Amino acid sequence: MTGAAARVWEEQRIVAIRRRLVPVVVLAVLTLFGAACGENDADTAGSSSTGAGARAEGPLSGELTVAAATSLTNAFTRIGEEFQAAYPGVELTFTFDASSALTNQLLEGAPADVFASAAEADLAELTEAGLVAGVPSVFARNELVIVTKPGNPEGVSRLDDLVDVGIVSLCGAEVPCGRYAQQSLDAAGVAIPESRVTRGPNAGATLNAVSQGDAVAGVVYVTDAAAAGDAVDTAAIPADRNVVASYPIAVLASSGAPELAAAFVAFVSSPVGRAVLEELGFLPPA
Amino acid sequence: MLGAAAVTVAFFALPLLGLLERADWSRLWADLTSPEALEALRLSLVCSSSAAALCVVFGTPLSWVLARTAVPARPLIRGLVLLPMVLPPVVGGVALLAAFSLRSPLGGWLHDTFGVQLTFSTPGAVMAETFVALPFYVLTVEGALRSMDQRYEDVAAVLGASRFTVFRRVTLPLIAPSVVAGTLLAWARALGEFGATITFAGNIAGRTRTLPLAVYLALESDQQAAIALSLLLLVIALTVLVSLRDRWLRPA
Repeated sequence: MTGAAARVWEEQRIVAIRRRLVPVVVLAVLTLFGAACGENDADTAGSSSTGAGARAEGPLSGELTVAAATSLTNAFTRIGEEFQAAYPGVELTFTFDASSALTNQLLEGAPADVFASAAEADLAELTEAGLVAGVPSVFARNELVIVTKPGNPEGVSRLDDLVDVGIVSLCGAEVPCGRYAQQSLDAAGVAIPESRVTRGPNAGATLNAVSQGDAVAGVVYVTDAAAAGDAVDTAAIPADRNVVASYPIAVLASSGAPELAAAFVAFVSSPVGRAVLEELGFLPPA
Repeated sequence: MLGAAAVTVAFFALPLLGLLERADWSRLWADLTSPEALEALRLSLVCSSSAAALCVVFGTPLSWVLARTAVPARPLIRGLVLLPMVLPPVVGGVALLAAFSLRSPLGGWLHDTFGVQLTFSTPGAVMAETFVALPFYVLTVEGALRSMDQRYEDVAAVLGASRFTVFRRVTLPLIAPSVVAGTLLAWARALGEFGATITFAGNIAGRTRTLPLAVYLALESDQQAAIALSLLLLVIALTVLVSLRDRWLRPA
């Protein structure tokens, strides 16, 4: 090999090595970036907990995990912001899913301090299993409404209309909103063939089938329909056919921070929490 | 090395054993033969077989192009086709929805012109499954095309065979084991598809509620039924993968 050829060969080899290194470098940079983000979080958490000492509500701090029904996503996210403003030392995490799914997760040992359910039956199941500390209290109520595509092209105005339109979106038969919808349909004497019902795994997914997907109509919570805004139209279900869902909340027996958990439960029923719930369309407890 | 390998095997085997341990064997048969289970099984078999067939029809030419031609932007095309392998299937479902829902231009046009609605339909479920299964087929077949001895094709071409004849008479028989392997892999992946299907095609009994969706639904109502269906999926998938044997997964 001549000197020039050797040099060319060497250069090509370096280029080849560099090329091979590119993905490794990219991954390394992404990893470092991720780590840096994590550190930042830790920093803010650290500084805010030092700041908390100066505040009147200071003594409560630590981590708090709240499991809540999907239909509470907006309400609890906002209540959570207010809560953290009041207790800056607290690191609050939410898990939102169907109450029935959360119940199963909690039965399987999912770690959480507070559970807010869309159905009293789910909390009762946990109480029976000895997973609830104290007595659950109802903090809000909700009702059902029919949602349709914007402009309601199929002219759905009553539960009876759902029998002969296209695909109807309902919650899974075991999910609270699915159970309530079934009660409501039964009360109206309406039976939709199951071959035209798409079953969402939770209240949010059920609404999405109408707002994002091609379901013609659905039965969801009043609050979820309101949150969807222009993405759906609504048709009210008369009171004698409607179902009122009660939302109970409780501290869980396995909580590592029962005081903090109790503070959150109290906060949800405080005037601040009530105001948020009311603004989003929830009814006050009976 | 052996010890480490044993740990790895245990890591995969333990969840399966857990499932077996939790199963209630006395009612397993009843759970598997309930009308809901049979309906989901039938639909699953129809959908995943259709998806696998679509993978062969559309994936074979693509694999050939990727392996044999200097098509521009080949890395980009390959990346695009392999994307569903690493993409969360739900994201695939949302993307399909964006492209083919009645409110999308294409979906709206299909509906207005041909009266076709893909969302919430069995063809929609097949589409979602094809979307996630195709990469497995393309990867397998393209690999086989690249590693086969291309001199056979050259000889056939020199002897006057047309490109298509070469492909049909020489290439295809040589890579047949990989085509079979790719088809089975795609079929197995389609059988297990969940996220894209529930997002794009919904969860309708008898229409789009395949076995994985039935498992998810049953988890909340009847855990034993969910476990029974899970075991069924597991047995089918494992049978397919074991039947693939080393011979078929090695390059042709």
